[in-house]
Amino acid sequence: MTLATALPIVWFFIIGFAIMMYVLLDGFVLGIGILAPFADDERQQELMMNTAAPIWDGNETWLVMGGAGLMAAFPKAYALILPALYVPVLALLIALIFRGVAFEFRFRAERSRRIWGLAFCVGSVVAAFAQGVILGAIVEGTPLKAGQAVHRTFDWYGPFPMLTGVALVFGYGLLGATWLVLKTEGRAQSVARSLARPLMLAVIAFMGLVSASLPFLDSRLMTRWFSWPNMLYLSPLPIATLVVAALLWRSVMTSRDARPFVLALVFFALGFLGLVAGMWPNLVPPSLSIWDAASPPSSQGFVLVGAAIMLPVVLLYTAYSYRVFRGKVRAGEGYH
Amino acid sequence: MTAEFLSRIQFGFVMSFHILFPAFTIGLASWLVFLEALWLRKRSDMLRDLYFFWMKVFAGSFGLGVVSGIVMSFQFGTNWAGLSTVAGNVLGPLLSYEVMTAFFLEASFLGVMLFGWNRVGHRTHFLATCMVALGTLVSSFWILAANSWMQTPQGYTLVDGVIEASDWWAAIFNPSFPTRLVHMVLACFLSTALVIGGVSAVYLLAGRWQDKARLMLRCALAFVAIVIPLQIIAGDLSGLVVREYQPAKLAAIEARWTTAHNVPLTLFAWPDESAERNVAAVDVPHLGSLILTHSWSGEVKGLKDFPRADRPPVAAPFFGFRVMVGLGLLMLALAAVGLWLWWRGRVYASRWYLHCWVAMMPAGFVALLTGWYTAEIGRQPWVVYGVLRTADASSAVTAGAVAGSLVTYSVAYAILFGFGSWYLLKVLRDGPGSAPQRFPRDMTPQRPLAGLGIGKEENPS
Ligand code: HDD
Ligand code: HEM
Ligand code: HEM
Repeated sequence: MTLATALPIVWFFIIGFAIMMYVLLDGFVLGIGILAPFADDERQQELMMNTAAPIWDGNETWLVMGGAGLMAAFPKAYALILPALYVPVLALLIALIFRGVAFEFRFRAERSRRIWGLAFCVGSVVAAFAQGVILGAIVEGTPLKAGQAVHRTFDWYGPFPMLTGVALVFGYGLLGATWLVLKTEGRAQSVARSLARPLMLAVIAFMGLVSASLPFLDSRLMTRWFSWPNMLYLSPLPIATLVVAALLWRSVMTSRDARPFVLALVFFALGFLGLVAGMWPNLVPPSLSIWDAASPPSSQGFVLVGAAIMLPVVLLYTAYSYRVFRGKVRAGEGYH
Repeated sequence: MTAEFLSRIQFGFVMSFHILFPAFTIGLASWLVFLEALWLRKRSDMLRDLYFFWMKVFAGSFGLGVVSGIVMSFQFGTNWAGLSTVAGNVLGPLLSYEVMTAFFLEASFLGVMLFGWNRVGHRTHFLATCMVALGTLVSSFWILAANSWMQTPQGYTLVDGVIEASDWWAAIFNPSFPTRLVHMVLACFLSTALVIGGVSAVYLLAGRWQDKARLMLRCALAFVAIVIPLQIIAGDLSGLVVREYQPAKLAAIEARWTTAHNVPLTLFAWPDESAERNVAAVDVPHLGSLILTHSWSGEVKGLKDFPRADRPPVAAPFFGFRVMVGLGLLMLALAAVGLWLWWRGRVYASRWYLHCWVAMMPAGFVALLTGWYTAEIGRQPWVVYGVLRTADASSAVTAGAVAGSLVTYSVAYAILFGFGSWYLLKVLRDGPGSAPQRFPRDMTPQRPLAGLGIGKEENPS
């Protein structure tokens, strides 16, 4: 195998890893925002936000890593996807802006507290939905749709991306609920526990709908899933997903506080793996492969050296900062 | 209006908004390191209070820097897909290194720094502050490498119209990088020092927090006095690099139309681009050659030597440069007068002088922005100098889409800027009160501190 064939494979996994980290880590923070309306009062909402205040910024940085990594390793995919999805990307960025500053502004505000509570919630919902739409549109093959000199502004609009958008809102909500079970106690925790099962039902229903519509997309993505013998090799994935889902269903109401969160993370990671397995070896379905989109070895190799050294270091100090803030968050704690 | 033109406006706008906050956080982070180090040695409450006070300002500025920065990292894809296609092989790796070495570092230790006071030891907390400051500087390193490479590209080959890196060392340490990195980092420090000094002048004038304000003003004055001469030298060196690698930009900065030796320094003029001459010029003979070439009769190229299609706009670099240099000279004067007053023991009592500090508070940011306008507009019509024209760099999106996003960003940023400034003013008005002691572990305060600011809380222990 030459460098030019091997490096794109390595980079496919690195970028996949970065995006998965983003989805898992920022997913639960966005989930807190999605669940904010269910808080009893302002103080409980504030408590929910405080569980994430010290770590949200690091979580969001994985998105920047995904974006910059894509530009470095697969510039053609970067230059193709972003203009085609101009509107959902704009919505995502604006939503992340308001969600992000809400952490700081809400704390400084007096009369305008409600505005920033609202900005946190609406920002989170819109960001989650926009991410789902972006995912759906990529899976559907929008960026490559034939013969566009200029990307039409609303090409991405369609039933499938809407479906994935809503699915992700529920999914992140589930992650957020299990995170709150882990980090809070008393009333806030029981609210989160009681939301978890309905959210799971919604997630499973939408996952089913999404999977059912995959064979009907023109992008032929996921055909791998439905052809023999791939189905056999890949079957452990959906089976594991179902098992984890069942365990999660049992654990949310009863078991110790950490288990639901861990199970929800695994559940999400498995779903993500399923998607990646279906895309392989295309980066932009239906036809732009990782080798077509790759930057030359001089670029991929150069960044790989840095990634091999820095990503483990980053994981180390990320773990450190979670350790510093381990344990339950109580009212009034954690302000700077 | 074309999508390309709107994208240029949008990029200039979101970039100008973004850079104000990094400039402030880069300076503040190092200032916080300084304060905390001093506190660790002296353990005086005054220093700790100052640390917490500026940390609040820092937190707000950092937050706005992060969210506006995320926007920046996707602009290259949404609006400048042509640039990403042609130069992504170089720009992408540099930005990736920035994320891996700087952004994660800042973001992870920021949490410990802002929220960890009661959870980690003093030394660990200090280490977190240092890591955040280090992150901001490493971030400047990579982003300036990227931008300088676009100004003076090196270490690449063109393969089928796409740039491939051939020598990373040459690409990163391209000719304009060292001077521009130094010039930019000093600009950030200066801008911050002017704000710190200005705030303390306001307190001194109002007769509040006198001791703390005196300490801050002393630091700011000493700092500006040391840094502004260095900044002028760095700017001068930047000018030499521009002369060598981007002569058309230099001609625009100086509004020089014809190539000549012994050129004068044009202090002021009204450049008329269609007539290719200056109106109402105020010239100082020989000084132009002396400053730009460091010799009495050195040659300076004129714009007429370049085909019209390769000339940058003249007015923006010409005036932008003069505003920046003018402000730099004012800063020099501020420092010189301050040192003299200090020597005479009258700094804190001279109200007129304190008013000067208040007036100069925004000067650093204005100089920083006009400096960037000079550098970026002077590089037109190229995005990657001599390789890729801005006109060929934009994305194939409709003008309507870009117009919509431009309006959206404008509204969103206006809201952010409005509320952000308001909260900042509130922090400044509340002033550096007394900061929390350490709580013993597991002992949490009874009342929430929210909204009140920590300063007003009385703590156990
Ligand atoms: C010389 C300094 C400088 C310059 C010219 C830029 N930035 Fe910046 N940027 C910073 C210095 C900085 C910083 C000091 O590192 C920030 C400010 C606050 C922060 O969190 O980090 C930052 C934040 C920041 C973030 C958020 C990082 C995070 O999540 O923690 C992103 C994605 C960018 N920037 C991207 C860009 C891009 C794409 C730029 C150019 C087009 C750019 N910045 C110009
Ligand atoms: C930090 C402060 C910066 C400011 C205030 C700034 C400002 C501007 C402005 C006003 C323009 C428009 C010029 C014109 O259209 O005539 C421009 C262009 C550009 N700048 Fe910067 N810039 C900054 C930093 C950067 C950095 C760090 C990068 C890249 C790493 C960058 C990349 C570009 C690109 C690609 C263009 C061309 C697109 C365009 O013409 O708008 N800039 N910048
Ligand atoms: C007083 C003497 C100064 C001189 C002679 C000077 C010179 C220059 C020159 C020639 C450039 C263009 C470099 C290029 O195009 O690549 C530049 C850019 C710039 N200047 Fe200055 N400058 C001075 C003061 C200042 C001050 C006081 C500040 C801010 C506090 C500042 C901030 C900047 C910035 C941010 C840039 C753009 C980044 C860069 O290109 O390095 N300058 N300066």
